[in-house]
Amino acid sequence: MTRSNETEALPAIMARGLVKHFRDVHAVDAIDLDVPQGMIFGILGPNGAGKTTLLRLLATLLTPDAGSAQVMGHDLIRSPQAVRSSIALTGQFASLDEDLTGIENLIFLARLWGFTGKRARARADELLTIFDLTDAAQRQVKDYSGGMRRRLDIAASLVVTPHVLFLDEPTTGLDPVARKHVWQMIRALAEHGVTILLTTQYLEEADQLAARIAVIDHGKKIAEGTSRELKAAAGSGFLHVTLADPAQFAAAAQLLEGLMGGQAQHSAEGAAVSIKANSPQAASEALTELTKAGIEVIDFSMGAPSLDEVFFALTGNAAEAPSMETAQ
Amino acid sequence: MNKIEHSALILSSRPERPSALSNALTFGWRAALKFKHVPEQFFDLVMTPIMFTLLFTFVFGGALAGSTGVYIQYLLPGILVQTVVFNSLYSGMGLNTDLGKGLFDRFRSLPIWSMSPFAGLIVGDFLRHLIAGVIILGIGMIFGYRPEAGFIGVVGAFLLLLAIGFGMGWIFLVLGLVMRTPNTVMTMGFTGIMPLVFASNIMVEPETMPGWLRAFVEVNPISLMTTAMRGLLGGGATFTSVSLALLAPIILTATLAPLTLWLYRRR
Repeated sequence: MTRSNETEALPAIMARGLVKHFRDVHAVDAIDLDVPQGMIFGILGPNGAGKTTLLRLLATLLTPDAGSAQVMGHDLIRSPQAVRSSIALTGQFASLDEDLTGIENLIFLARLWGFTGKRARARADELLTIFDLTDAAQRQVKDYSGGMRRRLDIAASLVVTPHVLFLDEPTTGLDPVARKHVWQMIRALAEHGVTILLTTQYLEEADQLAARIAVIDHGKKIAEGTSRELKAAAGSGFLHVTLADPAQFAAAAQLLEGLMGGQAQHSAEGAAVSIKANSPQAASEALTELTKAGIEVIDFSMGAPSLDEVFFALTGNAAEAPSMETAQ
Repeated sequence: MNKIEHSALILSSRPERPSALSNALTFGWRAALKFKHVPEQFFDLVMTPIMFTLLFTFVFGGALAGSTGVYIQYLLPGILVQTVVFNSLYSGMGLNTDLGKGLFDRFRSLPIWSMSPFAGLIVGDFLRHLIAGVIILGIGMIFGYRPEAGFIGVVGAFLLLLAIGFGMGWIFLVLGLVMRTPNTVMTMGFTGIMPLVFASNIMVEPETMPGWLRAFVEVNPISLMTTAMRGLLGGGATFTSVSLALLAPIILTATLAPLTLWLYRRR
């Protein structure tokens, strides 16, 4: 990615050295962030990495202990109300009033934004139509399914179109169909120029949606780039080979380790070998070599790198273990 | 979703920023909607005080005051105070529930008057106290209670009730902000309020109590409120008695309202 020059529009989000700690835990530890307008930007990391805290800082729900940030040119600390006028937040847990109906929730927010009477109702109706909730408009939110709640929650963030939309794990706990639906919605918003900052635990989600991804762990940004760049850093994943004869495991493992480097892993059943492959080409060559050596392969697959593998590649540690180095 | 629907996704013109009053009224509207959707809460609001009124009047009334008719005249103003004091914990519980669900995260990320969610809670409280007060006064009158000071007295008594509820409400808003679950708020509330309500002059005159207890009962804010209520409803209210009844609500508001705002902002 080329850096935008200064004559272009101001960045949607610019953070410098943001810090937030809770007692002795550094939830957010010196994070820099630059998100241009109109981009879908992904924050990827395991549970407890500091993703939600980072979002809450940028949404003015928390005050940073150090550092500074601007959202649409408004300083978080000096002009929080101006920041609030430019943003909307959909948190991890539905921020809806369960006792009220779907339409009442939206009318309530529309009134808070300054719509009066009929216009508040018209805006609520419009959003219910877009989000396919018209049939459920008169039902109390406590009777909604998880997918419906999430849609209403996102609709509630769009009563007035925000310049920047924060989505905290927007598809966690959703079934695949509901997830696709939310993805479509996010893309449609970005097409219309809404900047979106979303957090996720799923590499696939970041991959599908985000133009750029920041990987964070223990409050620190350990990598940033496009999904292609991050995957390249992790290698293309693991080659899994199932052997016809489990007795040949040692021979197969030795051969693969010789070709690929790294450590071959035993599967639970004993007949499968897994090893980190640097590219599909290398994997394909390794399969040829196995056949040449008289080791019969009955099945093989190439797995995309999981978040764990990305983490492993970036930090040299498993996702949940403490990171060794403090990358700049 | 298709392309045509996308156009409505984006709103081209924003409405003008509403006033603080408009924000507060919107939150009040939400509180009123809750009464519409959860009507069973009225049952919770008035069941206990009605039970108290009937049991005390018909079981103990004759023994305590010579006749049930005389006793209900004595008891009912205090029951109204007790009802409002107990029911003032609902907004603290509601606040705690909203906080737990992340609803307040949305409120705090909106460009609204930051205190307007509290305005909504207070409107909700006022509605709750008024409705419960009317029901209990109505039932009391069915069983023979007579507000001898007439309509003006009843209006004055209800204004005092709202002031009491407003003052007591801050205790539970603070608890609602610092406690983990709505149930803890309720348990803490009852534990604190129960002794205050019973060690008061709501049910009996303190004359027969031991000296140390009587000394407490006479300065118990609940007793002061009850005395003023009796005066307002039955005639003979004095400026002093009403001022003494308002003392606790005023002190609570002056100390706990700023604390509530501080706790809310630093969450």
